[in-house]
Amino acid sequence: MTPAGFLLGKSRWTLPELIFWAVAIGAYFAFPRRHLLLNEIAVLGLFALSLDLILGYAGIVSLGHAAFFGAGAYTAGLFAKHVMGEPVTGLIVSAGVSAILGFAASFMVLRGTDLTRLMVTLGVALVLYELANHLDWITGGADGMLGVVMKPILGLFAFNFRGSTAYLYSLTVLFLAFLLARRVVHSPFGLSLRAVKENQLRASSVGIAPARRIVAIYTLAAAYAGTAGALLTQTTQFVSLEVLDFTRSADALLVLVIGGAGYLYGGLIGAIVFKLLKDALSIASPAYWLFWMGIFLVILVLVGRDRLMGWPRAAAERIAAYLPGRKR
Amino acid sequence: MTAALETFGLSKAFGGFQAVSDVSLTVEQGSRHALIGPNGAGKTTLINLLTGVLKPTSGTILLEGQPITTLPAHERVRRGVARTFQVNQLFPDLTPLETVGLAVSERHGGGSSWWRRLGSDSGVLDEAADVLTRMRLSDVMTVPTSSLPYGKQRLLEIAVALACRPRLLLLDEPAAGVPEGERHEILDIVAGLPAEVTVLLIEHDMDLVFSFANRISVLVQGRLFADGTPGVVGNDPRVRTVYLGEEADG
Repeated sequence: MTPAGFLLGKSRWTLPELIFWAVAIGAYFAFPRRHLLLNEIAVLGLFALSLDLILGYAGIVSLGHAAFFGAGAYTAGLFAKHVMGEPVTGLIVSAGVSAILGFAASFMVLRGTDLTRLMVTLGVALVLYELANHLDWITGGADGMLGVVMKPILGLFAFNFRGSTAYLYSLTVLFLAFLLARRVVHSPFGLSLRAVKENQLRASSVGIAPARRIVAIYTLAAAYAGTAGALLTQTTQFVSLEVLDFTRSADALLVLVIGGAGYLYGGLIGAIVFKLLKDALSIASPAYWLFWMGIFLVILVLVGRDRLMGWPRAAAERIAAYLPGRKR
Repeated sequence: MTAALETFGLSKAFGGFQAVSDVSLTVEQGSRHALIGPNGAGKTTLINLLTGVLKPTSGTILLEGQPITTLPAHERVRRGVARTFQVNQLFPDLTPLETVGLAVSERHGGGSSWWRRLGSDSGVLDEAADVLTRMRLSDVMTVPTSSLPYGKQRLLEIAVALACRPRLLLLDEPAAGVPEGERHEILDIVAGLPAEVTVLLIEHDMDLVFSFANRISVLVQGRLFADGTPGVVGNDPRVRTVYLGEEADG
């Protein structure tokens, strides 16, 4: 195989990928009563994809990724309330605000170990949470922000109570964001990120400035998280402190643990499994759900992030090896 | 002619331990300069200071007459300093093609392009393939680095450094830990390095040092102990006692 063929082959679309997106669209028709749940999955999937960009590709652990999700969610709410109710405009504005926040915060995760990064990201999210809590004349505080009314998307498609428009809207945004992420991770920039993740010493010894790459991907990931937050606000027409909650950050991490990090689909597959499991278990017994959550956290700490993430990925690759269309 | 590299009073202390003290060293343009000394003499620390991995406690470093003392590591690479590591510093999950390609595309200025598809720049690919061929790695260039035999990984260390197209190459024990049977491959490559590249080599193998170097500096306990041509250093009785003698005993 030629060098070009080998490298280009890595970014070629595979059959399992096409099936995945066909299923995502097919779900709209197959489960007409579950559009609200499907929408939640798409939003969580985008949020987890955002975390995957920094965790799976740049190796930055975060326990406070909800900071950017929440910033986007509140921006979308405020924008709809005070400026205009057109969702796509609000989405872009929210992504921009979160990106600015992410850019500023990225300088705090440049150095340090995983532990310091966990603490710093956690700290930023806590600060935002308390800010949103205390600035209740803007955010509605603990009661949440009421009066968020969305206009039809691009003036054409109105939201409905069944969540049909919402799911198609979120899925479209997710797909576009995914296309961009796919392009980015298969670019020279994406490869250099993996280099920085695997060995920062060697990366800087071949002329890569690790700091700039980390700032860039962290900013992009924050924009993605902000977009996910804005989608939640727009499709539910409500914002509460929950968008900045610690459990939201932890959920994203769990989703990646379930789906595996570093191949883009982990966040999406993880979101599906996580939401369906949560949905099923919380109907069966809410306490049981928390039990499993606890199990997950224990395994996460005991087994370790990297090994834990390797398993689902290895399993997926083993399965994918039997599927046609996949070039190894 | 300006020296390729000069240091003035270069020192590095870790807490109370003086790893490198007051080293003033000149590496001439195009020379084959060996840096020898007993274990713990500060050789690797010195390389780390020269490449920007560590910041010196005091002293100055000039690269071709320009001060680089405070430049970060990646800037020094851009100015033509590349190195290999005594202990492999590679990207385990990347292939040699990707590893070398990274270095080449970084030098071409395309390393941060985020829209271009990987593998679409034939200029970078051809150059990477060329380096890999010269380093006898072309048959394994699409195999993940972590599954390469150790000797091949050592070759990849040199390949990545060469892909940076250095004017000054720092080799930190390139053949360290390589089984006897594969050693000659690495030594051949070191001996066949382009003449215009200045090479500073750390090595324990005295046969290699004396066959390769046209200048030798001896570092003992962080200080420059002796410095000169192989003939002078090899016959210096002090060097024979503290270093060569010790080597013969060990």
